Amino acid sequence: MSEGILWEVFTQSKNGAPFTHAGSLHAADEEMALQNARDVYTRRGEAVNIWVVKSEEIVASSPGESGPFFDPGNDKAYRHPQFYKVPKGVRGI
Amino acid sequence: MREVQLIKQFEERINNGESIEPKDWMPEKYRKQLIRMMSQHAHSEIVGMLPEGNWITRAPNLRRKLALLAKVQDEAGHGLYIYSATETLGVDRSDLIEQLLTGKAKYSSIFNYPTLSWADIGVIGWLVDGAAIVNQTMLAKGSFGPYSRAMIRICKEENFHKKQGFEIVATLAKGTPEQKEMVQDAVNRWWWPSLMMFGPHDSDSPNSEDLMKWKVKLNSNDELRQRFVDLTIPQAKAVGLTVPDPDLKYNEETGHWEFGEINWEEFWNVVKGNGLMNKDRLRARNKAHEEGAWVREAARAYAEKRETAN
Ligand SMILES: [Fe+2]
Ligand SMILES: [Fe+2]
Repeated sequence: MSEGILWEVFTQSKNGAPFTHAGSLHAADEEMALQNARDVYTRRGEAVNIWVVKSEEIVASSPGESGPFFDPGNDKAYRHPQFYKVPKGVRGI
Repeated sequence: MREVQLIKQFEERINNGESIEPKDWMPEKYRKQLIRMMSQHAHSEIVGMLPEGNWITRAPNLRRKLALLAKVQDEAGHGLYIYSATETLGVDRSDLIEQLLTGKAKYSSIFNYPTLSWADIGVIGWLVDGAAIVNQTMLAKGSFGPYSRAMIRICKEENFHKKQGFEIVATLAKGTPEQKEMVQDAVNRWWWPSLMMFGPHDSDSPNSEDLMKWKVKLNSNDELRQRFVDLTIPQAKAVGLTVPDPDLKYNEETGHWEFGEINWEEFWNVVKGNGLMNKDRLRARNKAHEEGAWVREAARAYAEKRETAN
């Protein structure tokens, strides 16, 4: 067993930007996880906010089934604007 | 699905330039090679702090001391990024660290050379980090997602390492005759070990073929070594320093610097643990690990106490 709990670190590069996965680390509790995340992943102003999440609490889709899993979204061309025709000369639609 | 078919699919993904993620199917050999390579890399970052840490208290001024402290801290960070990335392959970090502390794991031989003078700190930043950048820039394009992402992060930080080193080198090179002599001596000692960092000739590198087939590595050891030499020689000339190679000459036709043969006997000797500092480095790592035990225990006790209080 490694020292402490495994945490996944997400950082936000600037206010309003999405949080993205930066990496992971070990820490005994959430306070230490946040401090370690700051020291390991934001030494050069890479973030204005950090989330740490216990790895074991993340529920993930399984890569092997990603084809069928995401299939329902792929065959719905009508969800994209390119699906629709606009009469010639009409602008701003 | 049958193994043969899975391998075929896997290799198709590699050839399409796809990135392989930890939970994707991968050949056992790919996983094993990555664990070996990535953990050695992580260990190198950690052990790499020792030769430079040796000079923090003796940095000649505050500016240099701040830079060196920040660099050494970065190397600790690099070790952590790569250990984390290695763990995604299903190994436990404490097992990897155990292998380092007991001497079972390898790390880059360059760190088994001693840092004898302040000039060594400049030359390490310039040559050793310089060589590492050439290698890591390639690894950043490799096929395993967590490894290549860690490399992208690391490469951003390495440029500062190299530049602060070269600044030290350039300053000493235009200093007093003694300073110039000191920095030339450092270059003389670090030049060949830096070239050895790229590993044996491709023909003597047993893992190279698989690693290249699966795009963990995109260039061969010899290609990267040549790239490093071509990059570095003009930098040496710019500050009036030479490298200790009587066979070095520029080939107008190829546009490459041709260099002499590496002393492979020395290379294998250091790899086998007979370098000047092998024992010292392991002793220092073990001592740091033991002396840090109370911190880990305290953190654990504190977390437990808070857990029960809630
Ligand atoms: Fe590094
Ligand atoms: Fe570095």
